[in-house]
Amino acid sequence: MKIKNWMMVIACCSGLFFNLQAAELKMAYDADPLSLDPHEQLSAGTLQLSHLLFDPLIRWKKDYSFEPRLAESWQWVNDKALRFHLRKEVKFHSGNPLTAEDVRWTFDRLKKSPDFKGVFAAIGIVQVIDNHTVDLITSQVYPLLLNSATYLFVMDSRFYQGQDAQSRSKAALIKGGNTFASTHASGSGPFVVSYREQGIRLEFQRFSEYWDRHSPGNVTKIILTPIKEDPTRVAALLAGDIDFISPVPPADHRRIRKNNRIDLITMSGTRIITLQLNQQRQPAFKDQRVRQAIVHAINNQGIVKKIMKGFGLAAGQQSPPGYVGHHPSLTPRYDLKKAKNLMQAAGLDKGLQVTMMAPNNRYVNDEKIAQAVVSMLAKINIRVALKTMPKAQYWPEFDKRAADIMMIGWHSDTEDSANFTEFLTACPDSVTGWGQYNSGHYCNPEVDQLVRLAGVESDSQKRAKLLQQVEQILYDEAAFVPLHWQNLAWAAVKNVKISPILNVMNFPFLGDLVIE
Amino acid sequence: MIVFLLKRLGQAVIVMFVISLVAFAVKDNLGDPLQEMLGQSVSEQEREALRQTLGLHDPFFIQYFGFVGNALQGDLGTSYFFKEPTLDVILKKLPATLDLVLGASLVIILLSVPLGVFAAIYPDSLVSRLLMGLSIIGISIPVFLTAIFAIYLFAVELNWMPAFGRGETAAIIGDWQSGFLTKDGLLHLVLPCLTLASIMLPLFIRLIRAEMLEVLQADYIKFAQAKGLRPARIWFLHALKNTMLPVITLGGVQLGTMVAYTMLTETVFQWPGMGFLFLEAVHRSDTPLIVAYLMVVGLIFIIINTAVDLVYGLINPTVNVGRELK
Repeated sequence: MKIKNWMMVIACCSGLFFNLQAAELKMAYDADPLSLDPHEQLSAGTLQLSHLLFDPLIRWKKDYSFEPRLAESWQWVNDKALRFHLRKEVKFHSGNPLTAEDVRWTFDRLKKSPDFKGVFAAIGIVQVIDNHTVDLITSQVYPLLLNSATYLFVMDSRFYQGQDAQSRSKAALIKGGNTFASTHASGSGPFVVSYREQGIRLEFQRFSEYWDRHSPGNVTKIILTPIKEDPTRVAALLAGDIDFISPVPPADHRRIRKNNRIDLITMSGTRIITLQLNQQRQPAFKDQRVRQAIVHAINNQGIVKKIMKGFGLAAGQQSPPGYVGHHPSLTPRYDLKKAKNLMQAAGLDKGLQVTMMAPNNRYVNDEKIAQAVVSMLAKINIRVALKTMPKAQYWPEFDKRAADIMMIGWHSDTEDSANFTEFLTACPDSVTGWGQYNSGHYCNPEVDQLVRLAGVESDSQKRAKLLQQVEQILYDEAAFVPLHWQNLAWAAVKNVKISPILNVMNFPFLGDLVIE
Repeated sequence: MIVFLLKRLGQAVIVMFVISLVAFAVKDNLGDPLQEMLGQSVSEQEREALRQTLGLHDPFFIQYFGFVGNALQGDLGTSYFFKEPTLDVILKKLPATLDLVLGASLVIILLSVPLGVFAAIYPDSLVSRLLMGLSIIGISIPVFLTAIFAIYLFAVELNWMPAFGRGETAAIIGDWQSGFLTKDGLLHLVLPCLTLASIMLPLFIRLIRAEMLEVLQADYIKFAQAKGLRPARIWFLHALKNTMLPVITLGGVQLGTMVAYTMLTETVFQWPGMGFLFLEAVHRSDTPLIVAYLMVVGLIFIIINTAVDLVYGLINPTVNVGRELK
């Protein structure tokens, strides 16, 4: 009895202490998440939300290593089975305790998600060993099993059981459908949705029984307002109406840096912006020398400096620094003289007429970049008829492969190099789905073979070698035109300490955010 | 009067039919809704399956007749993004837009009448010339520039006004929320309303000035002056009445246009109204919502024009709306 009383006192005091430093965060993104269902859409918005409402088994750290979350440890049982030991005493928002059964249930649901099933394709089953132990089992050796586990945000299986008032199954997962899970959520994450008016405001309260007692986070309430217009979002921060914004348009960086009340944080991102040269539409692009000439004629360092105002890193390959396949010696290769010589060698010194399309509201400065490319190619007598359009119109055109040169940016969902090639530079294959976004029709079976080998190589050093070899071949054959990796930027008032919780995956861990 | 209303109803049906046909014809060119709904690495088979479920492959007329059939029962489709009936989504945003239009209309009425009258009575004074000069500038600056300028001056530099949004609102009836009832809401209304008013205000000042100048030349005014009436009585009672007739006609039409102009103002101020909703829907290729918005706005135009015609008949006894149409 006495002990209990003491505990009460301690609990009260710590509660008081907590209240003293409790803080509210007003933040603005350019959009709010589409749905509360973590499996409906694989997008940055969904993943950012998932890190608030749910918790993954493990999560990425800044340096691409893994950090335990719901799983406190993991070990390989054999080369096709990975065992996760779950934390005990984790509670969902509904009050239900987390068990291995929830992991299995979540995994089964993920396998039915059109967006996520690709990430989990290699994993055959999730086997429940005991109440707090599960095995992820693959049919063959799969080196990216841990990467996939960062996407396994465990849902509260009992909460999503049965039917709702309109007698719809609570577990239903329908793209764009009005489902129970798209408007209700129970996860184990640091925050609970307390108010949601889609497109206008999203409010969160801190979950009082959050398992991570060591988290330094002291934010008890978050108000997320989507502000689509860049100038308005920046103005709201400068005016003091909002504490934390992302993204921050490059044009405003100088202005924000000068403000001594606000911190601007930028990171070299992982999204590669490329141009693809369509060899089927434009026979001249079949000639490797012509492709090389184009790569050598485009001054992508100049584009980063002048158009992007330094908000990017000029690229010579797909994989950004830090990825396993990144090959340090493959650097940008602007050389106008060499480009002219190559055109001459290809017998095209008289010139060439090609078409090009690019979006004008998808990537940072996409339209200006495309225009710069046109003038750069004019110097080697390639006359480009450029058409730019909003992304809503652009992607159908891209699917039709409607121009000789098309722009596409790509972020690897697995944070792994192989993903770039599988989607952008592998031989197009409608059965495997490889090369789905390869509008250039570049095809080298050797590249495909290397990526396939890397897909079953568990030795990380050997695997890195294979993927670097891929980058080397793509570089030598000028399979595509690498432009740059787009940077990421966030800005917050100084007492909101965003730096420790940001990462290059763009999932701010707001649960751990400290406001002074 | 009843005949007039019935005729108007007939016209309305035809107009709505044309709008729906046009909206439906362009919707396929607004982009692929799947691009916004699916992640980047979703396979072609999955995309195809979703297209089938959404009925995007059906021939134009099957899609159109399906739409008309549902529309006649009050169902204008379901938004891909909001996952709710489009009509509900639009009606939820209507109060915010009406707040804005009402605020801007008040600004226009309260400022344009005295300023226009003043400029007509003292056409050669320095103030009048200044007013005319400023109004030219007002007309020629695009509304989004005015908005951004207002935000940077009053919100960022001076910190007098909030930079975005509606602030706190209070309920008028049921779910009808208005910003006019709270201090915070009123503060949030100032900049967007002034911005929206900035396009129409110069137009109305100039119109009132021109009409008033003309009326002041009329014989009955000269007679009133000769009779020795007080100038204020002549200006505000006798002259202003006749000045306002064309102003009301134009005002009614402009009110409809203003609903359309709210798009830019709302977008810059992140104002959660219908115009902002529409632009967002275009960005997301949320075609059911786009079609429904066009229908609703078309209906608003028809209602406003009918109301203006009726009001006009009331103020100006020489106009008989019923007879005019025969």
